[in-house]
Parts: sequence; C-alpha cells; structure tokens
Amino acid sequence: MATLTTPAPRLAALPGFLRHQAVRKLLLLALAAAVLVPLANARWSSGSWPATLTVDLTKPLTGASDWIIDNRDSHPLFLYFFGHLSNGVVLSVRAVYLVLLGAGWAGVTAAGALIAWRVAGVRLALGTAAAFLACGLLGMWVPTMQTLALMVVAVLASVVVGVLLGLAGGLSERLDRALRPVLDTMQVLPAFAYLLPVVLVFGIGVPAAVLATVVYAAPPMARLTALGLRGADKEVLEAVDSLGATARQRLLTARIPLARKELLLGLNQTIMMALSMAVIASVIGAGGLGDRVYQALASVDVGAALAAGIPIVLLAVVLDRVTAAAGDGSDGSYGSGGGDGPARWTAWAYAGAAAVAVALTGRVAGRLDWPDAWTVPIAAPVNDAVGWMTDHLYSGVPVVGGTADWAGRFTTWVLDPVRDGLQGLPWWAVLLLVAAIAWPIGTWRTALTAVLALAATGVLGVWEPSLDTLSQVLAAVAVTLVLGFATGIAAARSDRVERLLRPVLDVFQTMPQFVYLIPVVALFGVGRAPAVAAAVVYALPAVVRITTQGLRQVDPAAMESARSLGATGAQQLRQVQLPLARPALLLAVNQGVVLVLAVVIIGGLVGGGALGYEAVFGLAQGDLATGLVAGAAIVCLGLMLDRVTQPADRRTKKGA
Amino acid sequence: MRVRMTCPVAVTASLVLLTGCGAADMTKQASPFANARGTKTVTLSVQSWVGAQSNVAVAQYLLEHKLGYRVDTVQVDEIPAWDALSQGRVDAILEDWGHPDQEKRYVDDKKTIARGGELGVTGHIGWYVPTYFAKQHPDVTNWKNLNKYASQFRTAESGGKGQLMDGSPSYVTNDKALVDNLNLDYQVVFAGSEAAQITQIRRFAKERKPFLTYWYAPQWLLKKVPMTEVKLPAYKEGCDADPAKVTCGYPHTPLQKYLNADFAKDGGKAAAFLKKFRWTTEDQNEVSLMIADQKLTPEQASEKWVDSHASTWKKWL
Repeated sequence: MATLTTPAPRLAALPGFLRHQAVRKLLLLALAAAVLVPLANARWSSGSWPATLTVDLTKPLTGASDWIIDNRDSHPLFLYFFGHLSNGVVLSVRAVYLVLLGAGWAGVTAAGALIAWRVAGVRLALGTAAAFLACGLLGMWVPTMQTLALMVVAVLASVVVGVLLGLAGGLSERLDRALRPVLDTMQVLPAFAYLLPVVLVFGIGVPAAVLATVVYAAPPMARLTALGLRGADKEVLEAVDSLGATARQRLLTARIPLARKELLLGLNQTIMMALSMAVIASVIGAGGLGDRVYQALASVDVGAALAAGIPIVLLAVVLDRVTAAAGDGSDGSYGSGGGDGPARWTAWAYAGAAAVAVALTGRVAGRLDWPDAWTVPIAAPVNDAVGWMTDHLYSGVPVVGGTADWAGRFTTWVLDPVRDGLQGLPWWAVLLLVAAIAWPIGTWRTALTAVLALAATGVLGVWEPSLDTLSQVLAAVAVTLVLGFATGIAAARSDRVERLLRPVLDVFQTMPQFVYLIPVVALFGVGRAPAVAAAVVYALPAVVRITTQGLRQVDPAAMESARSLGATGAQQLRQVQLPLARPALLLAVNQGVVLVLAVVIIGGLVGGGALGYEAVFGLAQGDLATGLVAGAAIVCLGLMLDRVTQPADRRTKKGA
Repeated sequence: MRVRMTCPVAVTASLVLLTGCGAADMTKQASPFANARGTKTVTLSVQSWVGAQSNVAVAQYLLEHKLGYRVDTVQVDEIPAWDALSQGRVDAILEDWGHPDQEKRYVDDKKTIARGGELGVTGHIGWYVPTYFAKQHPDVTNWKNLNKYASQFRTAESGGKGQLMDGSPSYVTNDKALVDNLNLDYQVVFAGSEAAQITQIRRFAKERKPFLTYWYAPQWLLKKVPMTEVKLPAYKEGCDADPAKVTCGYPHTPLQKYLNADFAKDGGKAAAFLKKFRWTTEDQNEVSLMIADQKLTPEQASEKWVDSHASTWKKWL
C-alpha cells in the first residue's frame, strides 16, 4: 500500500523541473505500453501469467538434489572439499566450546567482564557480567555457551571473508563494480532462502548453520571495509608513498589502520547479523539457544521460549554496546581504560591474568557447571501472563472489539482487496505499475531491474503466490510506517519518550521472531493477519530508530528560524522537519520493506500461506524444487521492492 | 599489523592439518557439542510434535540417569531428520510416521540407516470436529454431510468457503486433493506449524466455536479439547498411491524407530536400549500432557513417569 501511495505526495514535494522529468518518464512509459500491451494481449490473451513464459525447474532441481544425496558419500567434490570444510567448522566450534566449558561459568563471566572493561569501561563491564549471570540464572548456561561457540567461529569466518571481499573492492575499482550487485543481493536475500541448498550439501547441523551465517553476515563487513579503504586520507597516503613504501606496506601501515573505525563498525554489524542468524539456523539443527526457543514452541510454551530468548537479547545488547564502544574510542584510546601503548598492554595482561585466576579458582572448587539450584524459573509466570492477556484481549472487549475481530476485519477489508486487486490485474499491468513507480524515483536501470525481478517470479511459475505475498508485505509495510513514523516523531520531540523506548526497541529488534509466534496466533488467530502482525513487530524498531534520528538531525538553524517566524509545533514538524528529514524517512521506508520481507517465512509458520509457506514446506520436506523456487521468488520480490523504494541519490552514495 | 593478518592463515592451516589431507567422510559427521569432557553422548532427533518430545524426554532421562550417557537433542523436521541420521549427525529417530521413499533410499539401498523396531504406538491421521459440536450435530461426523455445515466453519481466511485447518508443512497430508476430489465446499488453510494450529484450536475451544481440522492420534491435545473424528471414505491399501486422485482417508500406522547404521552396530548399551524402547499410547500421552499442558520441563515430566512405571522401563535396560 505504502509504496503505491507514497510516490504521489513525494513527487509533489519535488521542485518544478524534477516534476517535469517525472512526467516525461511516465509519458515515455505510457508510449511504450501503448505499443507493447496490445502485442502481449494478442499473444497471450489471459490476464494471468502466460504459461508459455514459465520455466518449470522441478525436474532439474529434483535431479540435482537426488544427485547430491546419492553422491555425497563418494564424489571427490564432497570428499575433498565440502567434507573438509564441514570438518573444519565442526572442529573449530568444538574447540571454542571446550574452551568455554573448561573455563567454567565463573571464568567465562570474568573474561567477558574484563574484556568489556578494557574495551568499553566499567559500566559495560558490570553489564556484561550481569548478562552472563542472567543467562545462568535462566538455566540456559550450556545452550548459551553453544551459541557463543557457534557465534565466535561464524563471526571470525564472516570477518575473514568480508575483509577479503572488502579489500578487493576497496583496492580495485573494477572489482568493486562487480562486487556491488552481489553484496546488494546478499543483503536483500531472506536468510531462509539459502538454508535449503546449504543443508543439502552439508546436512543438518552446525557446519550448515555456520556457512549460512557467513553468507548472511559477511556483506556488511565487506562493504564497510571497502568504504574505509576508499575513505583513507589522501595526504597521509601521499606521505607514505613519498617514504618509498611498497604497495603492501602502504596497505598494512596506512590504509588499514586509517580505516579502523569502519572496520570496527563492520565487526559490530556482522556480529549482530550473525546472532540473528544463529536463531534462524536452529531450524536446520544448529543447537544452542535458538534450538531451545524452537523446541519450546513445539509444546506451545511461550515462557520457556522466552527463557531462551532473553539470553539471546542479552548477548546481542552486550556485544553491540561493547563493539560500538570500541569503534567510538578512536585515536587508539580504548574507552575509559585509555593510556599509552605499554600501559595499555600491561592493563590487558592484568585483565587476562585475573580471568585465568577466576577460571582456575572455579576449576579447583569443582564449580564448572552452573549450579542447578541457582536457576529462576520464569516460564510459568510468563505463560500465565500471556494467557491472561490473550484471554482478555481476544474478543468481547467493549467498544473497540477484540484482537480477533480486528484480525478478521483487517483480513477482509485490507488484505483481501489488495491481494485480489493485484491478482485481478493483468500481469502486464502489474509490471507497468512497478515501472511507473520505480522510474520516476530512480533511473531507467532501477526501473528495469524492478520489472525484471517481478517478471522472474512469473517465469519461475509462482506468479499468483508471489502477488499474495506482495499484498501481505505491502499491508505490513503500511502499518509499520504509520506506527513507526508516529512513534518516531514522538521520540524525536521528547527525550523522555526516546529514553523509555530504547530498551523496548532493543528487545524487539533482537528477540528471535520465533518467540512471538504463539502470542501472535493467540491474539489474531491463524492466517495472514498474524503474519502481518509478526512482520510489523520485527520491522518497527528500525523504522522508529531511523525516523527519530532523521528528525533529530534536522539543521537546528532551520528549526530556529521557523520558531522565530512563529510556527506552531505542528507547522514546524510538517513544513520544516519532515521535508528536511526526507532522506531519512525514505531510508526508513526502504528498511521497513526489507525487514518485513525477512519475516515472510515466519508468516508461513502462522498461516500466512503463499511463498512463506512454500519455503517452509521445502525445508520441512527436503523438497528443493518447491523450497528453492519460493526462496528465489522472495529474493526477486525483495530486489523489486528495494529498487522501488530506493531513490536515485542513495544509489550513488552507496558506492562510496 | 602483520600478526593480525597471519592469524587467520595460521588457523586455516592448522585446521587442514587437523582434518588430515585425505578424504573426508561425510557419513561420520558428529555434532561439535557431542562427547564434550569425555562423556559418551547420544544425539537424538526431536520432531516438532509433543509425542515425539515425550519419547525423547524419557529416553534421555533413562540414558542419562540409568546408563550414564550425555544426551543431546536436535529439533529437525522428519525428512531432514532422515538425512541427518544417514550422516551420523543424529543417532536415532524414535517416532517415524512412514516414509517409504526415504526407507528405500537409506535403509535398503545405501544401508546407512538401520531399522530400530516398533515404538509400540499406532498413529492415525484424520479430520476432526470438536466433540461439543459433534454432539449438537451428530451427522457432521460423516464427510457426506460436511457441505451442509460449510458456512458454520467459515473464517476470514477461508473466503466464502468452510475452513479446513491443516498444520505443519512437514506432515503427511492429502487434504487439498481430498477436498477437490470429494467436491467439498472447503478451503484448506495451512496453519504452517503445529504450535500455531494448537493455539488456534484451543482458542476456538475456549469460545466453543465450531471448527474442522486435520489432526492425529495419539495426541495430548485430544484430552484437553475432546474432538470427534469425521468419517472419510475408508482407507484401502494403495488407494493413496496417486496423491492427486486420492479419495480415501488415512491409514493406521504402527510408528517405527530408526537408528544410524554405525550407531546400531557400535552404540553399545545406548543402541541396545533404544532398540528395546517400546511403550504404549497411554504412556506417551501421559508424558505429553505433563509437558504440553502442565508445562513441566521434559525432564521433570519424564522423571515423574519413570518413578511410577519402573516395570515398563526395567525391561529396556
């Protein structure tokens, strides 16, 4: 919905000549349509996607899947390449896991806190220790260590891959151009889409999970590495050159140290993405916390799922804050624990010694495992609370009606008309509509990519379910934007609201989506409405954050002059803040779309049907043909929506 | 800086050395979390329904407390579980609802999976309506009368038709074909996961609304929400051979156990125990109900069951 309706006001806000350009583009498009549509209509008269234009991939994909299963134990490709890769992953995860277990709960907590202290100061050190202890108190120590072991290996691998790609992109203009679309695609790719092929090659378990995580988490590292290398100060580089440094010395002594800030930001992003993937990977048997969440859901136990979800949130918050602090403290002084070279190393040495001492004490005391008696059962009270909430909100609430009534109305009044409208339009009309939206916003290339991406879903033979999914995505994005912009404006205008919101947003953003599967169904019933609700919850934090930040960064001078002219609060917002924050708002739209699309699969788990269900079906049945085609269609939808919502000026910036 | 650059290289090199330069065996892929600290580990696959959780919970409890093993559990859907079993990622599936294709591929042809005998529970899939509704309208329990009630089963999701709710995509179902071939005025709505389906069924039951759902026995939920099966045309051997032309209901399936072939041979006490593991539908439901309804952890539930059923499990050890 939003993407269909927003362009109109946006165009009106553009200055005169741009409006002309948009009109010109649309006229050209209309001309092309006038020629092409009768042709298309004459050839394929029906309104739905013509069968002659589809390619059935069932046979080759099933063949490929059978070939892999039959040859996995004997073909050299597996014996000498994938097999070693798989063993390598297993060995490294195992090594880290054994070290963590060997250090015991006290040792791990101490080491975590001391690292946080050295990197980010005393407050975060206390926070880190509290977070680790909370994981133990929730009875999740061992799963937390399994997830941590998986994360360490996955993040290291992602960083290596990301830095290598980033070096290539940062040093060579041509490689950068070649890499950019690849990284773009990797980032809009919903994680579920490539779980299936990875599983087929590596089988269920940790290696598949780690590799899927690397695909997901490496792009931000690569992008930021390239960005950092390109952004290096020209004068410094010239100075290094004049000293007669070789290309290699120049890279190691000047360009990489100068890009430190971007590298650390990349690390931060990679960790966050890897952590969210660690949960999704539980579907393919990654073990750890994600698996606990997933197993708890099988017995419809929100409380137990939450008990495993909280450690994930805690890990995410701690890792985020610590790596972010490391990135902020530039100029070589690490946060508050600053100091010069030698002093810094001594402090590190003391910290290391302290951690080892604690670990040894734990060992000697025979207290390696988290004591069973020290756990706080939170499952029962949480389940009671969820039960009470759903009982009282589901139906029969006076005046506003229950959530089930809302869900029913939302389905009948919003989801059905949008879906039927999209599916009722002739296929060429849908493609034209996409072109008409994408072209005025971007270049002809953006429009072409968007149209081709959508057409690809037709070629893959999933035109109807794709439009069904699209209708859900559009509805979810519309709701997300309405709620997100409203909340973002409130947070931008009041510091108190922002402070109150921050932890809530943290939790929503990092809590594994699986946890709110059950409450969502209990509130909205099975169907597309809960799927939309789950997507909104997931995408909302990012939209709120970007909106708030965008509004707050509006030039204070502009605000000041508006105030001095006697503008009211609403006028300031409408006429100064919102127009000036337009780039941020557009970014929020774009992020909203990408994030909503990432939860389509979760929608499939609560009755959303369409592509999400087919992808889940493929994974559950080991049916590569269904699953991969659905996954590819989701990717195509993502690409299309990304292009449609991505204004031309951002594209140029992205390449930096 | 040089130190940082060479570190990943060193790690990779040592990994290659550790794994050796020969062929890697893809049929021996244990979990990295197995056998930590020298204890013997058995890895069991859990499927997403609670009955499967109960089998695993009791087996895990006995393996850990009576035989001294450590047990890892991994939640995997049925077909991927077969694959994982053949690779050695998991050691056993304790409840299989019949997968002839997989059985042929892995047990008969590749011999990477061995049969583990019957679980002792017989499974049956069918269509169910809540008993409170069946009592008011006794003729709803025959499929021929279902069209009469279609309007009562309508939801926002099913359009103008009645809603037949199906569950997880991993379950065996012919429902779409059945609705078509029996000319029923129904729309199959896939809940997408069993958790979602159970939540919705309990919700309907609380409101005492009529509903029609794909469901199966044995299942603990039948105790909380009594449901009556709708009679479909009787199952005959081979009547479901062509999934598109099916016009018959579902068979009764004696549930099976499967073990990884190597584990079955060298698994020692654990493998022998899992082969002998055999209990009744009532036993399974008792544990399932404790897990899913009373929200005991699987461990607490199995401890309770083990304490009161010594005669049953003593035979397995």
